[in-house]
Amino acid sequence: MSDRLAVRKTYKLFIGGAFPRSESGRSYVVNDARGRFLANASRASRKDVRDAVGAARKAFGGWSSRTPYNRGQILYRIAEMLEGRRAQFTDELRAAGLAKNAATAEVDAAIDRWVWYAGWADKLGAVAGSANPVAGPFFNFSTPEPTGVVGIVAPDSPLLGLVSVVAPAIVSGNTAVVVASEPSPLPAITFAEVLATSDLPGGVVNLLTGRRAELAPWLASHMDVNAIDLAGAEEAQVKALEEAAADNLKRVLRPVPGDWSDEPGTERMTAFLETKTVWHPVGV
Amino acid sequence: MNFEYAPAPESRDVVDIRPSYGLFVDGEFTDGHGEPFKSINPANEDVLAEIATADQADVDRAVKAARRAHDKVWGPMPGRERAKYLFRIARLVQERSRELAVLESIDNGKPIRESRDVDLPLVAAHFFYYAGWADKLGHAGLGPDPRPLGVAGQVIPWNFPLLMLAWKIAPALACGNTVVLKPAETTPLTALAFAEICRQADLPPGVVNIITGAGDTGRALVEHAGIDKVAFTGSTEVGKQIARSVAGTPKRLTLELGGKAANVIFDDAPLDQAVEGIVNGIFFNQGHVCCAGSRLLVQESVADELLERLKIRMRTLRVGDPLDKNTDVGAINSAAQLEKIRELAGAGEQEGATRWAPDCALPQRGFWFAPTVFTGVAQSHRIAREEIFGPVLSVLTFRTPAEAVEKANNTPYGLSAGVWTEKGSRILWMAERLRAGVVWANTFNKFDPASPFGGYKESGFGREGGRHGLEAYLNV
Repeated sequence: MSDRLAVRKTYKLFIGGAFPRSESGRSYVVNDARGRFLANASRASRKDVRDAVGAARKAFGGWSSRTPYNRGQILYRIAEMLEGRRAQFTDELRAAGLAKNAATAEVDAAIDRWVWYAGWADKLGAVAGSANPVAGPFFNFSTPEPTGVVGIVAPDSPLLGLVSVVAPAIVSGNTAVVVASEPSPLPAITFAEVLATSDLPGGVVNLLTGRRAELAPWLASHMDVNAIDLAGAEEAQVKALEEAAADNLKRVLRPVPGDWSDEPGTERMTAFLETKTVWHPVGV
Repeated sequence: MNFEYAPAPESRDVVDIRPSYGLFVDGEFTDGHGEPFKSINPANEDVLAEIATADQADVDRAVKAARRAHDKVWGPMPGRERAKYLFRIARLVQERSRELAVLESIDNGKPIRESRDVDLPLVAAHFFYYAGWADKLGHAGLGPDPRPLGVAGQVIPWNFPLLMLAWKIAPALACGNTVVLKPAETTPLTALAFAEICRQADLPPGVVNIITGAGDTGRALVEHAGIDKVAFTGSTEVGKQIARSVAGTPKRLTLELGGKAANVIFDDAPLDQAVEGIVNGIFFNQGHVCCAGSRLLVQESVADELLERLKIRMRTLRVGDPLDKNTDVGAINSAAQLEKIRELAGAGEQEGATRWAPDCALPQRGFWFAPTVFTGVAQSHRIAREEIFGPVLSVLTFRTPAEAVEKANNTPYGLSAGVWTEKGSRILWMAERLRAGVVWANTFNKFDPASPFGGYKESGFGREGGRHGLEAYLNV
């Protein structure tokens, strides 16, 4: 053991590409699996939610108009940056209670998940779009477009679960406001450091830590949020969140039981897409 | 005022050409047992390197290495791991992009502006694109459990050496096949540099094998009984020979062959943009482009005005040193190709078309041909029917859209076509009637890994690029 005293990290929020504390000045204690103190995480407020939604909305135009190829490159860059921090994330996941092998497996799966979704950026249009053979002299085609700002209540799987809900939301050009796991929020904030160094424009992903039961309703009722992923919402709260989401007809992705290490399908991407159909006459 | 250009040469220092190159088989550079040949710089005829020739036994060795790699390593590997190798290759290409661009221009003769801004970015993009498919083949709409074919024998041309390599290797590997690839004998150097990239990526030995040589080596490869798939890009004549040679075998075949694309200009087209499109369509890459817009079909009412503007534009084209960043038109790739262009251009004059080229001083050494336009061309002329594969444009006129379609389709080829008009409905009307695999509207010579490319009729069959490009390498 070295005598050197460690320099600890202050865990803050991630909004608009910056790392602010909660405007409320609040924090909450995060302990490791054995009950030892790890850090004080920021306890975000309603106003932090609003700031994060504002940042996500501001980033939407730029991010959604990037070429799919460029978005794919950036998602792949996230995988590269995450790979370089394998040891750090393994440590954080062990602190959050995972055994060594499980922690390593979760970090590896999280990296590979970014690679999987990176490849989707320039393929979604071909798989989810179509040229439609209408009965008339018209060229008619449908293309998928991002829904807009997606609110995400992240599950408790602190890294793999987090990336498994964030990547499919942003790959198509959506921007996201994410409420991290309440008991294990620290890997999410460390993950924000990966996002901040991956050429991902500020505001595309905004991460909040705090009380899920307090934050999720503000996200669900916010009129400038277009869709909400309830992956990590508490069961008792889901109905109320869906009702709140109905006020501006948010697209809702309900929590589904399952293991985050399962191979992902395309549902988490297509849940946050709109289909646009264009008609154009054919004739001399 | 004098607007002379100062030379702006790209540095050659980034490339390191070895005096001789062997074959890349089973992860190692090995000797070839045929008679070696030399690759030269077509801009000055300097010898660049001596290149091994693969004989029948060398081809056999390469095919066996590819088979082993397919059966033991690459075929059984999960798609997400194959994907990661391909992403690595894409990144390595990006990292070495300038070196590869300079090498390509030296070996091929194309302007550095094109190798740097078109070829290399597309090469990297192609590997990125197909890397992403490797773990998503079940989502491609080709069936629930698509399987690789096995070993692919691939023969590519000299006009876009590294880009054609990418078009062949990226989808083949993504789908779980292994490959034996033969680059063209006049442009082997970037393929051999790519072999080094495979090593840097720690790609398992035998997954990619690069064998060099001329037509005999190519024939030995496509006729080898140990391969499951032949992919060829090149002339229609050789394509037909290959189609005959795989007849009666279980080998799958895709061919990307010649073209004689019509570039159709309507009277409502934005003429200055159309002129840029015409120039890009026929003078890009010295016209060494299978989808080049080599037949200009212009509506009679605007023909004189358009040709006047086209000639003014052609006077500004800079022909010369491929490594000069101001060069628009580089060197013809080989003496043989130059001879073919001269012969066809001569036939154009003999058959009665009017030849015009801007005044431009051509370098003394190397292979050069000034950008040339023929007017008064009839559909029966050889320069309206045969692929010249050089910077030579044949101009014909039409009066009605129906006549434009008739003339555009009056060719055994069907690779590409261009349409220039401000009217969207007419673009789509033309696109419905043009018998060509790619139709560019108000643009020309656009390529993207997400977009399928390939021909109708004698321009070949099969598509490269996009979701459709997977089908050529899968059992579905």
